Amino acid sequence: MKKILSFTLNGQPYEVAVKPKTTLIELIRDEIGLTGPKIGCNAGACGACTVLIDGKAVDSCSVLALQVEGHSVETVEGLADGDKLHPLQEAFLDDGGYQCGFCTPGMLMAAKSLLNENPDPSIHEIRHGLSGNLCRCTGYVRIIDSIHDAAQRMKKEGGEKS
Amino acid sequence: MRDFDYIAPKSVEETIKVLSEYKDEAKIIAGGQSLLNILKQDLMAPEILVDIKHLSELDYITYDEKEGMRIGATTTHHAVEVSPLVIEHYPILSEMEHTLAFPQTRNWGTIGGNLCIQDPTGDVAPPLIALRATVKIVGPNGERILPMEDFSTDYYETVLEEDEILAEVRIPPMAPRTGVAYSKFRIVEGDAPIVGAAVAFTLNEDGTCADARIATNGTAPIPLRIPDAEAVFKGKKITDELIQEAVEVAGEAMECIPDIVASDEYKKRVAKVYIKRMARKALSQIQ
Repeated sequence: MKKILSFTLNGQPYEVAVKPKTTLIELIRDEIGLTGPKIGCNAGACGACTVLIDGKAVDSCSVLALQVEGHSVETVEGLADGDKLHPLQEAFLDDGGYQCGFCTPGMLMAAKSLLNENPDPSIHEIRHGLSGNLCRCTGYVRIIDSIHDAAQRMKKEGGEKS
Repeated sequence: MRDFDYIAPKSVEETIKVLSEYKDEAKIIAGGQSLLNILKQDLMAPEILVDIKHLSELDYITYDEKEGMRIGATTTHHAVEVSPLVIEHYPILSEMEHTLAFPQTRNWGTIGGNLCIQDPTGDVAPPLIALRATVKIVGPNGERILPMEDFSTDYYETVLEEDEILAEVRIPPMAPRTGVAYSKFRIVEGDAPIVGAAVAFTLNEDGTCADARIATNGTAPIPLRIPDAEAVFKGKKITDELIQEAVEVAGEAMECIPDIVASDEYKKRVAKVYIKRMARKALSQIQ
């Protein structure tokens, strides 16, 4: 039997009826229709489904939708401010931070979670912060460079949008 | 995943009531970082999931100089990792959490859930055993306190009755002249440990060993405390030779079980190396 779930997705309040076994990624992709977060392993190992819950990176394949009752969820679709890309997105574009793009939404959200907590991470800290995200193209060097670059850009902007 | 019903009780009291009503038809979910994978594979098919993840009354970290630390069961790994109280009083716990699975897992997964799922390779129990932690279990007849090492019974099995929950982890204050170390072996960061070892020493004022604790993960169906190896150190000055002697005793005590990653022989060899390294590291913290 479906239950009513109230939560916030990318700043918008939602009230939806979901089956208890629906995972958060299934709700976001199949029912709400935001297809940024990807289903890779569906077992909490690849990070392609990473979203933020209350500002922290979580694998949305490994959370029941009903568990985000009252929480604030952010997907890659909530990253840009209208037409203005987030510094992380700009840096990924400028520095070649993606190849096929499948892992990118998860990488961006994991990176945002990292920068929320540590605005000026070392390369080592970036690698550790991304240890839950796999890139099937193995393009890690550019991804890490992009995040480092984004952190510098955000510092210059004075943390205007963290 | 099969269909199930879902209930999110508002308190520990209500949780116990629900569990008493549904008994073995119910399964508790906290962060679900292990449980959902088990459900997705249909290895378990509960009629109802009882969600305690949101219970803020179980989400806390406190410290008292006499009583030590108390960590509520739904406290996330991340909260333990970054807690100033944990870093100040039991830095080994923060270090352990820093390398537990991935950031995503640590951000949503809970310390109580990790202990209750009782994965034989779990990171949390060995350092807690080394720190002489106990657990508080709550059920319809009140609460009971058990030593950490008596909590697990078998693969994915604990002492919890159908109507009980793990509510709290308690860690006594560290005795003076105590060193604790934990580390694990794995191929890739974020992977589950293949084996791990935690060692704690407390020295007397004259430098002899007042107390030793050795606990391993990945070497048995449950986190394994090795009293025979601990006894090697009692009352003696800890030297490299003595550590080697204890490691050999530990090797005899461990009946490692092969799994998909490593053979029993391999696990035993690596576990012995980790016990030796952690013994040296724990000792170096005091001397």
